[in-house]
Amino acid sequence: MSTNATVTGEFSRFFHFLMQEMKPRGPWLTPFNVISIPVIFTGVVIIVIRFIYGLGAVTNLSQDFPWGFWLGFDVITGVALAAGAYVITFVVYVMKVEKYHSIVRITVLNGLLAYIFYAGALVFDIGRPWQAYNPYIGNKFGFSSVMFLICWHFFLYMVAAFIEFSPVVAEWAGWEKARKFLKSITLATVILGITLSILHQSGLGALFLMAKPKIHPLWWSEFIPVLFLVSSVYAGLAMIIFESTISHRVFRHLIPHDPKHSFDDILFGLAKGAAVVMFVYYFFKALLFIHGKQWSMINDAWGYWYLVEVIGFVLIPGFMFAFGYRNRSLNIIKIASVMALLGIVLNRLNVSVISFKWYAEVHYFPSWQEIVVTLMIIFTEIWILRWVVTRMPVFKSAH
Amino acid sequence: MDRRGFLKTTLVAGSAALAGSDLSAQELRDPEEFVGILVDTTRCIGCRACEVACGETHDVLVPDVLNDGALEEQRTTSDKQWMVVNKFETEAGDVFVKRQCMHCYQAACASACPTEAMEKTKKGPVIWHGNRCIGCRYCMASCPFDMPKFEYGEWNPKIQKCTLCFERLEEGQKPACVAACPTDTLMFGTRAKNLEIARHRIYNHPDDYVHHIYGEHEVGGTGYIYLSAVPFDQIGFRTDLGTRPYPEYTKEFLYSVPMVLFGVPAFLLGLNALIGGPQPGEEKAVEFESGDQGGGDEH
Ligand code: SF4
Ligand code: SF4
Repeated sequence: MSTNATVTGEFSRFFHFLMQEMKPRGPWLTPFNVISIPVIFTGVVIIVIRFIYGLGAVTNLSQDFPWGFWLGFDVITGVALAAGAYVITFVVYVMKVEKYHSIVRITVLNGLLAYIFYAGALVFDIGRPWQAYNPYIGNKFGFSSVMFLICWHFFLYMVAAFIEFSPVVAEWAGWEKARKFLKSITLATVILGITLSILHQSGLGALFLMAKPKIHPLWWSEFIPVLFLVSSVYAGLAMIIFESTISHRVFRHLIPHDPKHSFDDILFGLAKGAAVVMFVYYFFKALLFIHGKQWSMINDAWGYWYLVEVIGFVLIPGFMFAFGYRNRSLNIIKIASVMALLGIVLNRLNVSVISFKWYAEVHYFPSWQEIVVTLMIIFTEIWILRWVVTRMPVFKSAH
Repeated sequence: MDRRGFLKTTLVAGSAALAGSDLSAQELRDPEEFVGILVDTTRCIGCRACEVACGETHDVLVPDVLNDGALEEQRTTSDKQWMVVNKFETEAGDVFVKRQCMHCYQAACASACPTEAMEKTKKGPVIWHGNRCIGCRYCMASCPFDMPKFEYGEWNPKIQKCTLCFERLEEGQKPACVAACPTDTLMFGTRAKNLEIARHRIYNHPDDYVHHIYGEHEVGGTGYIYLSAVPFDQIGFRTDLGTRPYPEYTKEFLYSVPMVLFGVPAFLLGLNALIGGPQPGEEKAVEFESGDQGGGDEH
């Protein structure tokens, strides 16, 4: 009886609290809102059309190009850029490096939302999403399928990332007991999350192993899974630098001052980490290049394009991170992080879309609808992120 | 304890799904029984009776063979046509080549499919199950011959490709195209027998054929095999696909999965224990102050 009463009482309390929190805060007519609302609206219309008339009605996909921008950018690239969460939880919870603790919550939140939205974008891209439960409870399991593995890992990782973030939700909602419990299983979920991340970050690369005859040899290698995994580490670090620089500007009023570990110190640490990983990655790339005797391929447009990616957007930002760390120049580090991120975008798109069927006479190029839907996904994610950050204790403990 | 128990169950659940993976489904099939079709391109007259028969049997496009002038262009199969005949002008005169799914012995599409919607059946045909397919198109990306086709114009799209007339075979009939062929270009039978016939023809008429049977070794062997009078790259075949079965390209990755699934958590737990000390954010403060203020998290 009394438990019942407390439960209903708690429920109505939470309901009112939630309604309160749903109300917008701050001015409505910000530039971001003005741009994002029409884009989101158009995106929804496009998605409706896609579900009525088929993928061909809104995308430029074809029999020759089964995978395009939605898979190559939203899913493959988006997930690489969301790697920060597993990297930083490794450093903080497994290695117990206190210094980065203050950015764990925001990074995990970013990672979680990125997975929900970017991995979730698969729902628009696959042809029969209403059967997407098949790999999970399925009438048949495709055990020999990399896609099967990825489907499972996306799902499990989202659960793990949600549990990692859930103490914040519990704190926000005022569920003290739940918060303590959730906190106590952090290490276990972190370890699960890292393991899953290792597997699906590399798994996204493994998706392309069987496409060997279709991908330009400068981008295909039997080591794509390793390359994807290693580059996801610096992608994650660069993304943290990039995102937290922005959020420190936008949400300045929400961020408490931490006297022990200044924000700049954190950025320098991340930059150093990124530099090291980028050099390792570059070294590996170079090794594959030399070992594969690919010198003869370098002297055409594809070769130059390859050099742009590997030198311009891996080696150079790698040096810039190192230089910025040495000379304590935040600006260089910030520019380097943008370049490193562009390098990841380039690499993932090169493998999945741009060099795919490089020999084709008519090459795929995304339709405007594909791009609008991608923007819709990004903007919606930012909306949710903003809502969570301004309401839940993401940057600091509550109240 | 709590933590470990949780981790353990998760791991066991996760890896039961993956470690027990049956990566070698092809062992179930008996290579002797595995059926296919031999295409002797030197016999083909380009009448396209097979195209018509295919369209009629499977309720897909039935071409207007007399008037559509389709031989003047190079066609590929599509979501409306499971097979096409193309004409090539070569040193040996006009050569007609029927193309469709090759029904690979170790099919890339089937090993790619997350739901086994693409299935390599025991007898040899590779077929598609609509009730399983999620439409991810990984089969299309993986097939070395680009054969699975997707209905981009449908709200409920299907994957379309040759089924080697799976239903007709079940009823003891030959594939429709073979039955329709007036020139014995197409021979249906077990792959072993077809290979023998093909070798015989090359042996008995060494000047009429290039000494290569396309599909004998390509991508690990295919159900369809081809004979030709001119090198295969002149009649639209890719000769750079290699002889390694395509599923093997991902096999190593998949084998490493259970290892990572068990090894990495063990390693991380060990590392964590080795480092010692309190967990970051482990609430040292909790005993002293009320949880609400319970800081520690931001440090
Ligand atoms: S040709 Fe392509 S679709 Fe046909 S069995 Fe081989 S991999 Fe599958
Ligand atoms: S599109 Fe369908 S048949 Fe092809 S791999 Fe995906 S689920 Fe399997």
